[in-house]
Amino acid sequence: MDAVVRKQLKIKACQARMGIIEEVFNAKSGHPGGSLSCVDILTYLYFQHMNVDPKNPKWEDRDRLVLSKGHVAPALYAVMALKGYFPVEELKTLRKSDSMLQGHPSMKLTPGVDMSTGSLGQGISTACGMALGAKLSNKNFRVYAILGDGEIQEGQVWEAAMYASAKGLDNLVAVVDNNGLQIDGKISDVNSPYPIPEKFKAFGWNVIEICAHSFDEIDAAFKAAAEFKGKPSVIVATSTKGKGVSFMEDQVSWHGAAPNAEQYEQAMSELKAALAELEA
Amino acid sequence: MADTVKMATREAYGNALVELGGKNDKVVVLDADLAAATKTGSFKKAFPERFFDTGIAESNMMGVAAGLATTGYTVFASSFAMFAAGRAYEQVRNSIGYPHLNVKIGATHAGISVGEDGASHQCCEDIALMRVVPGMIVINPADDVEARAAVFAAAEIDGPVYLRFGRLAVERINNPDTYKFEIGKAVTLCEGSDVTICATGLMVGEALKAKEILANEGISAAVINFHTIKPIDKEAIIEAAKKTGAIVTAEEHSVIGGFGAAVAEVVCESVPVPVVRVGVEDTYGRSGPAVEMLHIYGLDAENIAAKARIAVGLKK
Repeated sequence: MDAVVRKQLKIKACQARMGIIEEVFNAKSGHPGGSLSCVDILTYLYFQHMNVDPKNPKWEDRDRLVLSKGHVAPALYAVMALKGYFPVEELKTLRKSDSMLQGHPSMKLTPGVDMSTGSLGQGISTACGMALGAKLSNKNFRVYAILGDGEIQEGQVWEAAMYASAKGLDNLVAVVDNNGLQIDGKISDVNSPYPIPEKFKAFGWNVIEICAHSFDEIDAAFKAAAEFKGKPSVIVATSTKGKGVSFMEDQVSWHGAAPNAEQYEQAMSELKAALAELEA
Repeated sequence: MADTVKMATREAYGNALVELGGKNDKVVVLDADLAAATKTGSFKKAFPERFFDTGIAESNMMGVAAGLATTGYTVFASSFAMFAAGRAYEQVRNSIGYPHLNVKIGATHAGISVGEDGASHQCCEDIALMRVVPGMIVINPADDVEARAAVFAAAEIDGPVYLRFGRLAVERINNPDTYKFEIGKAVTLCEGSDVTICATGLMVGEALKAKEILANEGISAAVINFHTIKPIDKEAIIEAAKKTGAIVTAEEHSVIGGFGAAVAEVVCESVPVPVVRVGVEDTYGRSGPAVEMLHIYGLDAENIAAKARIAVGLKK
């Protein structure tokens, strides 16, 4: 990947992380851990890969993104705000009763959100429907679905996985944000979905394994997925829950908790320092 | 009643889909390995490129339907009522209902008249489940004429509709040449002064028979066909309550939470008069011929007439 592009993406991702912390702090609730683990991929998709127009969010030929792990809406909103779907200032209204930013994504309330999600396991099926719609109408748009590694414990994910490969939905790319943690603990302790790549291979998918925080690997993976024909692709992305905020990293307690004022200041100062370094 | 055509509403559903599909190329149909039984197989044969079988995976089917709808299609997703409204309830609620997507749920084999397959397949809870989903329209046609009309009316609406069809062939009660169907508008089939029988689905035919039984006893019963359960025709209910002062409801569904409950809600809040419900009494069904099932569980003209006598007796 071009060094300038990589740097720009890192800057955007860092700003998005600040947006996530800002959102969850102001809301006094929300899910920072999983938001921080998948935000690099969301940043890449919206700023580098997807064919979208924030000024025309219902454009029928746009690429679609389904945040199947809908609880990490703060990450989606932060990236969308930076992309220009709505003012960054709006992020402070997350989860408030007059806000268009719901606790989980609502396509009815937030321009640019392509599917209402939140109930785990359902987004991937709707993404299949969108990909099928593209094929049926001979359109070239592509569909991206972001799943959690805990989420794939839902049986519906495997119904959808079977269906996507049976129908040859090569315009569909799923991402498994493999941060290894879920609310009740390590996913391997709660109900192990491992080995994830082998499961998707068995279901007939093209499987790509990457580090979720390397833009070079992310870039290569999505380009490879775009080239792959005949099967859907899944990018199993090994990530760190809470990535970018030292005290949140790899801590299950930050799955669904908001920072207090002191923690907020610390998180923001860390991210500001990281941003300053990137911009230097 | 001169016409003696008998047809299952599922059969009319399949035929209507083919007719609709010929007129509207944005209509797509999904099924979950039951195309032969739900009768979507007819559409599959006519328009194979617009038919998608998700296999035995109803939850995924509802999600696929939702996604397809976002790309501009009018989607009919079909399965048995047990699986469409039951198994996939939460997918219908969250992936279709909440974003108010253009998906029509064609649920066949509703109610006890599934017959021999028994309790696991006799869904008597679907009206209750579907009418509580915000924005969901719930339609339960009484015969093949109404089933066809309901399919076309549903396709005209941009949003979710639950269409309830039966397995059992039922007598035609509407004239296909003159019948006018309007979602949310109940149809008065005959006037009466002592009691009103509000019926839905295959119980409409039984209600008409009950009226005859009651007439022989000197009780004058009105019969109203409520093909739409949500939005319920409040005006028709209020008018009936005022006019006859007693109401009997009849549905092939649990007496809890379904059509009778919907009627009782309106009556209690507007014109409190006796409401007596005919339906499945908080129990599971069992295997046996469909018509026998209907009698065993009190879903027949005799029981409607019995409940009508009770309703009349409760009048002040």
